[in-house]
Amino acid sequence: MLEALLVMAGIALVLGAGLGYAAIRFKVQGDPLVDKIDAILPQTQCGQCGFPGCRPYANAIADGDADINQCPPGGDEGVRKLADLLGREYKPLNEEHGVEKPKCVAIIDEQTCIGCTLCIQACPVDAIVGAAKQMHTVVEAECTGCELCIAPCPVDCITMEPIPETVQNWKWKYPTIPISRAA
Amino acid sequence: MSHSPYLRQARSVRQIMLHVLIALLPGVLAWSWQFGVGVLVQLGLATVTAVAAEALMLRLRGRPVAMYVGDLSAVVTAWLIALTLPSIAPWWIVVVATLTAIVVAKHLYGGLGQNPFNPAMVAFCTMIVAFPALMSQWPAAGLDVSHQLDLIFGGHRQLDAITAATPLDALRTGLREGGADARVAEIMQGSAFGAVGGAGWEWVVAGFGLGGLYLLWQRVITWHLPLAFLATMAAISLLLWGMHPERFASPLLHLASGGTMLAAFFIVTDPVSGATTPRGKLVFAGGVAFIAYMIRSFGNYPDGIAFAVLLMNICVPLIDMNTQPAVFGHKRGSR
Amino acid sequence: MLAKLFKFHGGVKPDSRKTASTQRPIAPLPLAPQLVVPLHQSIGGTPRPMVAAGERVLKGQPIGAAEGPVSAAVHAPTSGIVRAIEERTMPHPSGLAAACVVIESDGEDRWIEREPIPWQSMPGDELRDFLRDAGVVGLGGATFPSHIKLRPGDKPTHTLVLNGAECEPFITCDDMLMRERAGEIVRGALIMARMLRVERVLIGIEDNKPEAIAAMREAAREGVEVVAIPTLYPAGGEKQLLRVLTGVEVAAGRRPVEFGLQCFNVGTAYRVARAIDHAEPLISRIVTVAGNVEAPGNFEVAIGTPIDALLAAGKPLPGTDRILMGGPMMGFALPTTTAPVVKGTNCILVGDPTLLPPPPPEMACIRCGTCAQHCPADLQPFELYWYGRAHNFGKAQEYHLFDCIECGCCSYVCPSNIPLVDYFRYTKGEIWAREREKSAADSARERFEARNERQEREKREKAEKLAAKAAATRQKLADKEDAGDAPAAPATSPAEEAKKALIAAALERAKQQKSQVRPRNTDNLSADKLAEIDEIEARRTQPPGATIEPPESK
Repeated sequence: MLEALLVMAGIALVLGAGLGYAAIRFKVQGDPLVDKIDAILPQTQCGQCGFPGCRPYANAIADGDADINQCPPGGDEGVRKLADLLGREYKPLNEEHGVEKPKCVAIIDEQTCIGCTLCIQACPVDAIVGAAKQMHTVVEAECTGCELCIAPCPVDCITMEPIPETVQNWKWKYPTIPISRAA
Repeated sequence: MSHSPYLRQARSVRQIMLHVLIALLPGVLAWSWQFGVGVLVQLGLATVTAVAAEALMLRLRGRPVAMYVGDLSAVVTAWLIALTLPSIAPWWIVVVATLTAIVVAKHLYGGLGQNPFNPAMVAFCTMIVAFPALMSQWPAAGLDVSHQLDLIFGGHRQLDAITAATPLDALRTGLREGGADARVAEIMQGSAFGAVGGAGWEWVVAGFGLGGLYLLWQRVITWHLPLAFLATMAAISLLLWGMHPERFASPLLHLASGGTMLAAFFIVTDPVSGATTPRGKLVFAGGVAFIAYMIRSFGNYPDGIAFAVLLMNICVPLIDMNTQPAVFGHKRGSR
Repeated sequence: MLAKLFKFHGGVKPDSRKTASTQRPIAPLPLAPQLVVPLHQSIGGTPRPMVAAGERVLKGQPIGAAEGPVSAAVHAPTSGIVRAIEERTMPHPSGLAAACVVIESDGEDRWIEREPIPWQSMPGDELRDFLRDAGVVGLGGATFPSHIKLRPGDKPTHTLVLNGAECEPFITCDDMLMRERAGEIVRGALIMARMLRVERVLIGIEDNKPEAIAAMREAAREGVEVVAIPTLYPAGGEKQLLRVLTGVEVAAGRRPVEFGLQCFNVGTAYRVARAIDHAEPLISRIVTVAGNVEAPGNFEVAIGTPIDALLAAGKPLPGTDRILMGGPMMGFALPTTTAPVVKGTNCILVGDPTLLPPPPPEMACIRCGTCAQHCPADLQPFELYWYGRAHNFGKAQEYHLFDCIECGCCSYVCPSNIPLVDYFRYTKGEIWAREREKSAADSARERFEARNERQEREKREKAEKLAAKAAATRQKLADKEDAGDAPAAPATSPAEEAKKALIAAALERAKQQKSQVRPRNTDNLSADKLAEIDEIEARRTQPPGATIEPPESK
């Protein structure tokens, strides 16, 4: 009896020591979960989720303060990826936060622009160049399509244009299985 | 609109299956020549059942019925079932086995191409576990037709005179009854044995071997699976026979009896449930042979190929994952 | 000397069907009245247009200048008038439009002034720039700008390989070029060999082209070896040809130059010779017209010629159901035959249901592995197919999807008629799109973080400045107090005082600023108006009598 107890205690001790060592040796630095969530988010920085940017939303998801279906630019696929990462049930996009739209870029109508710089201040990724009383323009390659510049514009000269399909960015479609003639 | 390549020069699935059926013919002919036409009746029964079940399942699943029935895969499964069951088993055994294969092992898993287990082997295992007695009654050579039909369709089974044990069965029984004194050589003097394998069965085995060569010649199968299977079977039996010739049967008996040839060319070569990479095929078939030999020699069933196939089927994803061939430009030595 | 040949895995042997289009010599195709020259005709940056609508151009005049490090110029294929620079449908599977220069031929076909260049004495960089500006790109199909591949690598290049394999059925443009213009191909090869400083030139030709092999052997010089290779599709793939000739396997993402090799199509070598000896930019190419036509053959076609004009020469027969650009294994159905011939057009294949039968219905994969047995890249196509179908892109990449060269062997042999290559093209496109999205997201994140940091810093700096100023004002007030005045309102604390002073100071500043800003109503005026105002302003400020220069006309 005593031997058995001693053996069990010995095993417990060894395993405990091993686990304790592993916990120190393989300690995970930082909070990789937030980084992983952030990596899935589209970085539009549009705030439609109700948080000021993608990173804060990622933090909120990690802390359980926000749901995974609040990001319209990330779309359905984004929700699925988040659900996958966090081991949660997939749910459709919450329409309170907006609906999924094709990716757009902001275009400033340069004839109408009065150079007020309000859109420059609103742009979360510094994708608008211009100066006070000078015409502004959008650096299309950097524009995330967040639409944050539209509201501040006093003369409504900013429109969102969908990115056109060109020979360069065209993709092969998923092979459609022809409806069998034998059926 | 379709895209390139616009040319195709493929053998259809139907043609491949047709080749398999042709390759089975020599074995079937030898069988009916040696043991009567019972096997032909079983083949017919299994074929009709399989096609009907296939059509029904396709319809239920909303798939194009004519196209998939026409691929003949169900017929191949049916033939393999009929050739693994005793040819004097009652008709309902064949029907239930075929339904198990087509409905459960094939369509419930998603139909052609999706089944993780070899349907014919699933059917065989189900039957041997459920009806062990009926599954071990094999016809003696020269049993006449009416008797066979009576056994298949009739209710009453007076068996002793007309059935015979298969050689592997006879060997097992002999070894068990003889206890420590039993000698393989003596047992093999019995009526169940012929020149190299089972009496009469030698011809069937030769027929399947011939069919296998036909499949290799037609490039329906590659050499990897049959060779690995036969070589492993030969190697293990040679090893144990060499150590204890009085307790273990010779490699020749192992190769020429039971389902060895049928398995080597027609069962482990099922592409859907087997390994696909060249090295994986070697591992898979070698594994089947190893497990089959172990069950034959140390287990409770006369032949273990069916169980061995199912056990190795489970390992296929693992085998394939770890035996991926080197890709162009990524080979060792090519910097 | 017979070089030892190597083998690549797999491959298929489709019926080559090349004889019909090799019965007559290459014929020049008459100039079309209107030529549509796409600006983007090579891999890399889209050239920037150098002409405007209405401008007169001469044959060989550059109309698009190379843009960015990877790009090649485009030229007017004949003399005439630029009618427009506009979007026209491209010869591309998407059927989308892209910017083209539309030139109306004046029928004179007058060359721009050309002079041969002293290429042997030119520095390498200048010579490469010359080839870039001559618009020389790879004519094997990929249209990669050749000048980039002609830069000697870090490691010395030892072998230059010319690809004359032309393994796809029906296509014979390289075959005919080698039969008729072998001398200039070899000449181009020698020029390229000199640029790359290589000693050895191998020209690989499939052994189903004995006439071409004979002609090339006739033309070959010292150091140039013509090698007949076994006919096996896709022996003309760059990687496969290099493997056959040298035994080297170039993996996806690596370049032959890393292995001391470089490979060009024979047509490219010919164009290099033309560019250097005759200062002739790439404005025409040989195109095969084959298939269901009355008059199959090869034509020398000006780039920009509508495909319709080529078809008119080939005369399609009844029953034609589609027109392909390229061969039957890797080509694509043209969305419209009004699209122009471009630098990458090697063949126009006229198809009918017997030549190119419609695909039988797709069935389930039975994992038979036939595709893997025929894959020249040693891939397991059915595994890639499962992953592609399941949108498991990570796994597809892990199984080396990007080593797939889309040769079509797998689809060709699949017993279940699965369009495997379609799945691979789709999967690759999705992965590329995701990578683009990912890098866009990364850059957005970076910019967002940089902006946040800047705003923080600005806020901090402002606060510091404010604090400093407040301290200064307080000091001033304190000084004043010290000067003798009794505290006016002892109830207010010094801090409040300081605040008040700050506000007063700010108000003062604002007032000053306001007075400085002149009211203007000139913010939204056009450039002309502004110029006019400036002019008037100038006149007003100028002393009377001074001459006014007329504004420069634009």
